[in-house]
This record gives sequence, C-alpha cells and structure tokens, in this order.
Amino acid sequence: MVEVTRRFILIKALFVQGPSPLLRLITAVLLSLGLITADARFRHLEWVRSTLALGAYPVQWLASQPTRMLRALDGRLATEADLRERNALLERENLALRGQMQRFLALQAENSRLRDLLGSSFKVSDRVLVAELLEVELDPYRQQVLVDKGSASGVYIGQPVLDANAVMGQVVITNALTARVLLITDADHALPVQINRNGLRTIATGTGLVDQLRLPHLPKNADVRVGDLLVTSGMGGVFPSGYPVARIVEVADDPSSPFATVKAEPTARLDRSHEVLLVWTVDAPEPPQDDAGRSMQADGRRLSPPPVPEEESPQPERNRS
Amino acid sequence: MFLVGGTMIGALTLMVLPMPAMIEDYRPQWVTLILIYWCLVRPTQIGVFSGFALGIAHDLVSGGLLGAHALSLSVVAYLTEELHRRIRAFPLWQQAVAVWLLLLVERLLSLWVLGAIGQPTPALAYWLPSFVGLLLWPWLSLALDRLRALVMET
Repeated sequence: MVEVTRRFILIKALFVQGPSPLLRLITAVLLSLGLITADARFRHLEWVRSTLALGAYPVQWLASQPTRMLRALDGRLATEADLRERNALLERENLALRGQMQRFLALQAENSRLRDLLGSSFKVSDRVLVAELLEVELDPYRQQVLVDKGSASGVYIGQPVLDANAVMGQVVITNALTARVLLITDADHALPVQINRNGLRTIATGTGLVDQLRLPHLPKNADVRVGDLLVTSGMGGVFPSGYPVARIVEVADDPSSPFATVKAEPTARLDRSHEVLLVWTVDAPEPPQDDAGRSMQADGRRLSPPPVPEEESPQPERNRS
Repeated sequence: MFLVGGTMIGALTLMVLPMPAMIEDYRPQWVTLILIYWCLVRPTQIGVFSGFALGIAHDLVSGGLLGAHALSLSVVAYLTEELHRRIRAFPLWQQAVAVWLLLLVERLLSLWVLGAIGQPTPALAYWLPSFVGLLLWPWLSLALDRLRALVMET
C-alpha cells in the first residue's frame, strides 16, 4: 500500500507543475509589457532600476576585468625610454596649456568685468571630477556608457559629461557606485548648440550613429558652412555654455524638405575615451561685485599660482557632497 | 542548481564583455543559449519564470529597457518548454537548427521592442548572432553535458 502511494506521488510530481505553461507565459508577457511601458513611456522605474542596478554591478565589474588587466599589463611592459618620452611630451603639453590658461584667466577676468559693467551675471568656472569608463558593452543599439562614479561621489541625473575635447553626453541613471551616461549621439538625445562663428542657435539631435549628429531645424537660408564649430549654447540649462560639441561636415539642400539637411561630427572621442570629466555647472548667479578694483585684484591673485579652477571657484556650488 | 546559476551569471558576463570591434557583431546570444539548454535539460525546474528573471537580470546588466529581454526570454523559455520532448530526441545537428529558430524568435521580439519604443532599425548585422549560435550549439551543449556529469559525480 505504501509502495503504491509513493509511486502515485512520484507520478503526480511528473505531471503536475503548478499553473499551466501557457498561463505562466501570459503572466510573464503581460508583466514584461507592463515594465516596458512603465520604463519607456512614463519613466516610473528610475529608482527601481537604479537600486537593482547595484546588483548588476558585480557582473559588470567582472566583465571589465580582462580589459583592465590588459591595460595594467600594458603599463607594466612600458619601457623606461617610452615613459621618459611620454613624460617629456606631457610636460611640454602642460607648459603650453598653462600658457594658454594664463591668457584664458586674464580674458575671463576681463569678460566678467565687462559683464559687470553691463549689469549681467556670468558664470565663470565649473567644478569637475574625473571618472573612468567601466569597460562593458551595454545594449548595442543605444549610445551610452557606464562610468565608475555614482551618487556616492555626488553625481546627479542630468549632469553634463565631457572628455578632453568636447561634450560627450549627460548622466541619465545613477546609483551609489556607477552612473550611466547617454551620449549626445543617441537617437533620444538633443542638445542646444550655437554656431561659434556667428552665434546662430539651434538644436543638435543624435542619430544613433557614433560619428553623426543632425541639425534638423535650420532653415535653408541659414548661414552655416562645412567646417563650422558648434558649441553648447547653455540654453537648456543642462550643459554649461561654450563647450565645443561638433563640427559641420555636410550641408545639403534636399528639395523635398522645408529645412536644410545639416550633418555634424562630434569632436569628442565618443568611442575611444577611457576617462571622462563630470562637470558641476555653476548656475547660481554671481553675487554682484560693487567694486571693480577689488574684483580685479582678486583676479590678479588668482592668476599667479598654477590655475586650479575647481578649487578656487568663487561661487557657491550646488550639489557638492 | 548552483551550476545553473553559475552558467547564467557566466553568460551575462560574456554578454557585456568588451570585444574588439571587428568581432563585436558576431557575439552570440549567450544568455538565450544557456536558457534554452537548461530548459531542455531540466524542463520541470527551469521555465517561463526563470526566463523572465534572467531577462530582467540581462536588462539590468546591459542597461537596456527594463522588460525588453524579459519579454523575449520568457517566450523562448515557453517555446522550449513546450517542445523539449521533441527537441531532445533530435540528433545534434537537427537540434542546432531548432535552437537557431528559437534564437531567431528572440531576435525578432527584441527587434519588435526596439521598433515599439522608436529606436532606429538596426543594420542587417543584427541577425548575425543567431547564425553564430547555430554553429555554437553542438559544442556548447556537449561542453555543458560534460560539465553537468562532472558536477553530478562529485
């Protein structure tokens, strides 16, 4: 009798598997469709995602190790002559940059004095933080990268990200350890820019290709030429103004479209940078300086030591953690 | 069960491992392959909800839209679960073709999600990974069989 019961239980276990597979499939599909809608349309899931993404960090860390090790090995294998040469090169570059920086500071001081005279406020310097890219391949059909600084370092959503050359993108998701950066070439990204040559303002949108931006809203008679540099206009309030973005590579006249077809190539090395700069913009208006002489003096003092702009920013900074 | 979890984490890691741009397009759908394997081998334990959970993990690790892979992987898990008796009886090359069809289902659903959220349609190279999966399947399933036997013994 016991034997029969046991066999019966065994057979039962073979055939009874909880709810039917079809029912489970329908549940799972409805759940995922709900998640997709909530995430794509309403952006309700930012916090869920940034919390859960912390759990994904070990896997991402694991995946980034081979590249990191290779790079470390590369560093070990560098010969002394190589290092000397690189060092000399960097010193030369540093000297040149410092020279330019002196002029820049003088110009900046002059500019803010002139603006003082005009009675308008002007943001002078930004605080930056260097972050390293985590070497992982994210979703291949989006233009985005992962960096190794998160909200624990004060990174916030919407923060602009630069590389050594130009604007790269903005932070879209952060958790304590990492932040995800949407690049300016993502199809979802748009960026207010102006043409450096004549100050014409427009919007540059991404195309999903790593080396192309579009300027879809320029009329056909707009003064835009191949080779023009686009800089951020600071209009959206996200990006600080005046950083280079892209260079115009094509201006075409499509008879079927009411607007000119303008394409630009980002000047940032979007697919090759290892390190990026996270920028805290100073968008609080500058406190009015009543005495031009004092501000000149202060600026003169700022000129003499090697320029470290992020430590000497005169404005209160938001989001300092 | 440790083996199942371990191989799944391994597949997730392989999915985001940086590779030279030249072979980037040929990266096989590791996660889907591993899921199909376990669905075939342990249909009573690994099913639709495992596929769903794995898909969520995939979305989180790769930073895609939450739920996109969950959708495609639950459908793949369901199909495998329904067909596992037949697929398991096939000879290896025929099995590979069946698995290829399942991989195509995954690609197709992902494409549909990409289209639904308004992303640009990817190039033709989008379909390459499924062919790599077709060639990879016999080796992968043999290797995993061996691994499973090894773990069983100890």
